[in-house]
Amino acid sequence: MLEAILVMALGAVVLGAALGYAAVRFRVEGDPLVEKIDAILPQTQCGQCGFPGCKPYAQAIAKGEAEINQCPPGGDEGIHKLADLLGREFKSLSAEHGIEKPKSVAVIDEQSCIGCTLCIQACPVDAIVGAAKQMHTIVAPLCTGCELCLPPCPVDCISMQPLDESVETWKWKYPVFKINPAQQEEA
Amino acid sequence: MTALQRLFKFHGGVKPAYNKEASTGLPIAVAPTPTLLVIPLHQSIGGMPRPLVTAGERVLKGQRIGGADGNVSSAVHASTSGTVIAVEMRLMPHTSGLSALCVVIEPDGRDEWIQRQPFDFRSATPTQTRDYLRDAGVVGLGGAVFPTYLKLNPGKQGKLDTLVLNGAECEPFITCDDVLMRERAETILKGVAIMREMLRAGQVLIGIEDNKPEAIAAMEIAAQAANRAAGDSAIKVVSVPTRYPAGGAKQLIRVLTGIEVPHGKRSTDYGVQCFNVGTAHAIYEAIALGQPLISRIVTVAGNVGLARNYDALIGTPMRDLVALCGPLPDSDRVIMGGPMMGLLMPADSVPVVKATNCVLVGSKQLFPPPPPEMPCIRCGECAKACPAELQPFEMYWFSRAKIFGKAQEYNLFDCIECGCCAYVCPSHIPLVDYYRFAKSEIWARELEKEAADVARERYEFRLLREEREKQEKAAKLAAKTAAGREKAAAALAVVEKPATTPEEDAKKALIAAALERAKAQKELVHPGNVSDLTPEQQAEVAAIEARRAEIREMAKPHLRQDD
Amino acid sequence: MPRSAKWRSRTCGRTIEQNRDPLVNNSPYFLKPASVQSVMLRVLVALLPGIAAYVWFFGAAILLQIAMASIAALAAEALMLALRGKPLMLFLSDGSALVTAWLIALTFPSIAPWWLAVLGTLLAIIVAKHLYGGLGQNPFNPAMVAFALMIVAYPQLMSQWPAAGATDLAGQLHAIFGTRQIDAITMATPLDALRTALHTIDAKASVAGVLGSNPGIGSVGGKGWEWVAAGYLVGGLWLLQQRIITWHMPTAFLAALFAIAGVFSLIDSTQFAGPLFHIFTGGAMLGAFFIVTDPVSGATTPRGKLIFAAGVAVLTWIIRTFGAYPDGIAFAVLLMNIAAPLIDMYTQPPVFGHKDKRGDSP
Repeated sequence: MLEAILVMALGAVVLGAALGYAAVRFRVEGDPLVEKIDAILPQTQCGQCGFPGCKPYAQAIAKGEAEINQCPPGGDEGIHKLADLLGREFKSLSAEHGIEKPKSVAVIDEQSCIGCTLCIQACPVDAIVGAAKQMHTIVAPLCTGCELCLPPCPVDCISMQPLDESVETWKWKYPVFKINPAQQEEA
Repeated sequence: MTALQRLFKFHGGVKPAYNKEASTGLPIAVAPTPTLLVIPLHQSIGGMPRPLVTAGERVLKGQRIGGADGNVSSAVHASTSGTVIAVEMRLMPHTSGLSALCVVIEPDGRDEWIQRQPFDFRSATPTQTRDYLRDAGVVGLGGAVFPTYLKLNPGKQGKLDTLVLNGAECEPFITCDDVLMRERAETILKGVAIMREMLRAGQVLIGIEDNKPEAIAAMEIAAQAANRAAGDSAIKVVSVPTRYPAGGAKQLIRVLTGIEVPHGKRSTDYGVQCFNVGTAHAIYEAIALGQPLISRIVTVAGNVGLARNYDALIGTPMRDLVALCGPLPDSDRVIMGGPMMGLLMPADSVPVVKATNCVLVGSKQLFPPPPPEMPCIRCGECAKACPAELQPFEMYWFSRAKIFGKAQEYNLFDCIECGCCAYVCPSHIPLVDYYRFAKSEIWARELEKEAADVARERYEFRLLREEREKQEKAAKLAAKTAAGREKAAAALAVVEKPATTPEEDAKKALIAAALERAKAQKELVHPGNVSDLTPEQQAEVAAIEARRAEIREMAKPHLRQDD
Repeated sequence: MPRSAKWRSRTCGRTIEQNRDPLVNNSPYFLKPASVQSVMLRVLVALLPGIAAYVWFFGAAILLQIAMASIAALAAEALMLALRGKPLMLFLSDGSALVTAWLIALTFPSIAPWWLAVLGTLLAIIVAKHLYGGLGQNPFNPAMVAFALMIVAYPQLMSQWPAAGATDLAGQLHAIFGTRQIDAITMATPLDALRTALHTIDAKASVAGVLGSNPGIGSVGGKGWEWVAAGYLVGGLWLLQQRIITWHMPTAFLAALFAIAGVFSLIDSTQFAGPLFHIFTGGAMLGAFFIVTDPVSGATTPRGKLIFAAGVAVLTWIIRTFGAYPDGIAFAVLLMNIAAPLIDMYTQPPVFGHKDKRGDSP
């Protein structure tokens, strides 16, 4: 009896040591986890999470320095995906980092634009074209809707325009068909 | 007599009630020009054509009103002469019930054509001919509306073994191809001759389901005449067994040639290409008569007193066509297409478009709501019926659970949404709805992912650029300071500090000035450079402003389509 | 609630009201007149020839068992549907509970105490079916779960089979309701007799000897039983003709059973019974057409069906020959049920256009 226990205990110790050693010895450097997290993040580069971009936020999540619920553009779906990837519990979006808004693009009111280039400098994805003292405009397909161009504009000529559903982007809805007991008797 | 041709079988398929006799009794009638034509700009697969006309403009019949945009796109034309009332968002013939940009034309009743000239495709290069067909708005009229010019390319080998002409028309109720073949077989064959020449096709197989003996006979006579004229026997009319969906392009190619074209592959790579008979007719009209695609044959059937085929102008409200046939009082819906694959229309006011092969009027009695959905018992009926040889119940399982990756692994995108699986399902599960849902979710995700990838790339490039600029600046500064050190080594510390301050000051001053200007502008309402202008100039500016505002209005719901 | 409201949720993606009726479904707009109910009812009809033979040779007790099991199944189904908040009439009328009940009644001894089949049915419906999610969700064949559980729990009672020709209804009723001793009308099934003789009583016993010496055992599969099996065969062929089942499962099952039994009886015909005996005895024919063919818990791809059914056959033969229980179908089916998802995964048929890996292009 005692022998058996000893053998099992010894086995456990040996295996544990081997696993522990392997974890240290074969630790994956370069952290592909950051890439995986970054792939889930929406790449708006809006900084609402409190980090200067999606990648830094991904790094912070990977290091455990940030929560997974700080990305408003990613929304609940993004948090779910992060939770799945990291094996963490789902948390609803943290209110201090903002709320989930419908996807929008920035539009410059060309009448009032003074051509100050401040928004061009603020745009993280270079989606604004224009030159000093010339009217600026936003390349809508490239705009991520991060709103970073709004605060620097001295004349408040940039507004966010929500993207409406079009025939091309329309999605077939989930064909839910719930039969509830109230209907059963009629069947 | 129909040629003896070895036929192949496709897997699955169903035999629903065909209900075709009702609409074949009468010849094609020309539908009267409606009081208002609403012509959607986006009527084909691919890019949305840009509007070429503005409100108030007079247009002629066949005038191009939407220009093809991008590599995959097809032009649209005014269906009759008249005045453009508006270029605005109108309800589309689409289940979503959403609107898109349409050209609204008030016909003047004169039906005045543009200058029509036959296109001499023999002396033109193939590219020129294709461009001509693109601008003539010829698209696949079987319902998929893929721009035809893209398919009229023989591909890598420079020739094609088999040109398949699809006259199978397997959907119940629809007879537009049937009557077209009966009445216009000759012109269809002329179109075939053009296609054959462009594609350098060896043989032409015209596949027609054996429940259309009149069409087969008519096409047979025309094909023999064409063969005699060409001095060969390349064109064969083949009667194929009636089984839905024998008229699916892939299924028909399989039946006629034994070749299976996989999803996502071009059939030209397999030496075969498939066109609808209506498309052949449209090609003939465009090339030989110089008439762009402005009308099509539409079957009006279902819950109507007198089902019939109409030659209807593109843009005719479906309601007008339905009214011609006397809809029965219990009609409650209009479906574009047949009962197996047709799309429910949001209203009967939506226009006939190039994809409208049938306007099917429905009622609760004709198309009763399906019995309650039961759980899937994995009986495999759907797999037996699936012409794409899929395992529909597995795809259903994963689509329902929103495990889209798995659904794709079970080849969700090989699904042609023919509806056979849902038709046979003993549990009455709306299987196709689940596939449509899963497909559109996957597409949306792919789009999102693409956008995110672009954003990431651009962001990273920007960081790189900023870093480079910083280094360049530092290098410049270092060079400057090095030069300065030689001149005034002692004053270095004093010089360096103010060297940046005036720069910043200047910037601040600039911004302040700009702010002032902006304020002034806002007060003035319009920009300063329009203050003292001649009246003509002012009028011009006003016109431009108006146009801008209009464009902005138009563009608002379209911001996404800009790409 | 208005009747029409039932369809509201099916109307995918109605975003605007316009002139449209929001209660209309998407294409296809008409369906083949098929239903789960009609499938299940036809399965029940297909069981009738076998039941008729059963009654003819073994008395009407089986009808009583079927009736009791049916009532128990419907009651359990109703209870579980009510507890799960599912529509009662819709699912009660689908017939799936009745199929389970009839299969239980037919696989249990017809003169077993009344509560045996009832308890088995309750277990099948409540545990094996509804606790796993109800119709279409159960990973194991409910009837076979019931059989396996009951034969483990009550091996004696599950081995009391009626003797052929003992159709005395009064005696059978006494047996069922436990009012009188029943030895006179029971006997071991051929399989049981064979196993007992070969394994325990007499090391020198041979198949021919056992089968020949027992007056209740016929020449092929046991007197009477071969006719019941023939009845099931007739019903099964009708199911095939009705396209309720495909040929794959019955053929693979019977062929594999025939093959493995044939090979071993060729090797040693004194120790191993012949292939015809195996096919026509016990639950083999019932299993071939009615049990392994259960689509919910079995494999679904054509090749998968062949593998699944052949696996059941081989396991059945092994359990019959070497196991401790009289018939092995239940355990064999349950074992293969576990493997069904894996079999399906590895036997996915090629999709249109993706068949020829060697050269897609001509």
